[in-house]
Amino acid sequence: MDAQGARAGATTGLAPTGIRIGLTAKEAHIRAALATLRRALAGRGLGPTDCDTTELVLAEALNNIAEHAYGGQHPGPVRLSLRLGRGGITASLRDRGGPMSGSRMPEPGPPAIGVRREAIPEGGFGWFLIRDLTTARRYRRVRGENRLTLCIPRTGS
Amino acid sequence: MELRSTRSEGIAIIRVDAGRIDAAAAIRFKDAMRTLTKDGPDHFVLDMAQVEFVDSSGLGAIVAAMKQLGPRQRLDLAALRPEVDRVFRLTRMDRVFTIHASSNDPGSLAAG
Repeated sequence: MDAQGARAGATTGLAPTGIRIGLTAKEAHIRAALATLRRALAGRGLGPTDCDTTELVLAEALNNIAEHAYGGQHPGPVRLSLRLGRGGITASLRDRGGPMSGSRMPEPGPPAIGVRREAIPEGGFGWFLIRDLTTARRYRRVRGENRLTLCIPRTGS
Repeated sequence: MELRSTRSEGIAIIRVDAGRIDAAAAIRFKDAMRTLTKDGPDHFVLDMAQVEFVDSSGLGAIVAAMKQLGPRQRLDLAALRPEVDRVFRLTRMDRVFTIHASSNDPGSLAAG
């Protein structure tokens, strides 16, 4: 399925404050789902900065599911749901890939910036960004399912 | 990944002709940068005025493009939108690159 098909195939809930999107954890589908999500958030009056933050946090979470939970080899389903509250956005992601290592979320600090070009990191930014841009995170493994809940603050802009 | 390179006073300005450098684009971006920088001058400026979204994979690809340069070559960035600039600041990558407000003035690019 191409990106267009993924967008058409995505199931989007119509509740006034809630958004539900179903997708397959593949790069092109993630891109399409994020575009759908962004339109839905803007349509519910979320400001551009808050839309940017939400898109980035969910891009990182979805990329992690594609690359790690499903290992990049056998893309499987992800159910994404969002609730917009006055103070923040609660995003819930469920997938049926492998559990996180040690059944715990990585909580890395900021990347170490060395002086030598070869020592500058090319990765490890994803979980750091999630951690930095959310106010609360919860991960649970329930009956073969990964359940990740992320709270993104609303700034009103 | 569409990249367009122009030469101005010994500096190659590479314009990203795409709205996103994300996980779906990261490998193509890195490969396209390798091709463009392989036999180029010593100074490159990546103009990101069109880029609205960079995720951690895209950021990693930009860092990788810089690390794959020759020892005398350098890669600067220019025209970052606020939402993209924020990703560089949060991850401290704004300290790794020289970031210019725009790529229109070759004199100030050379000075940076």
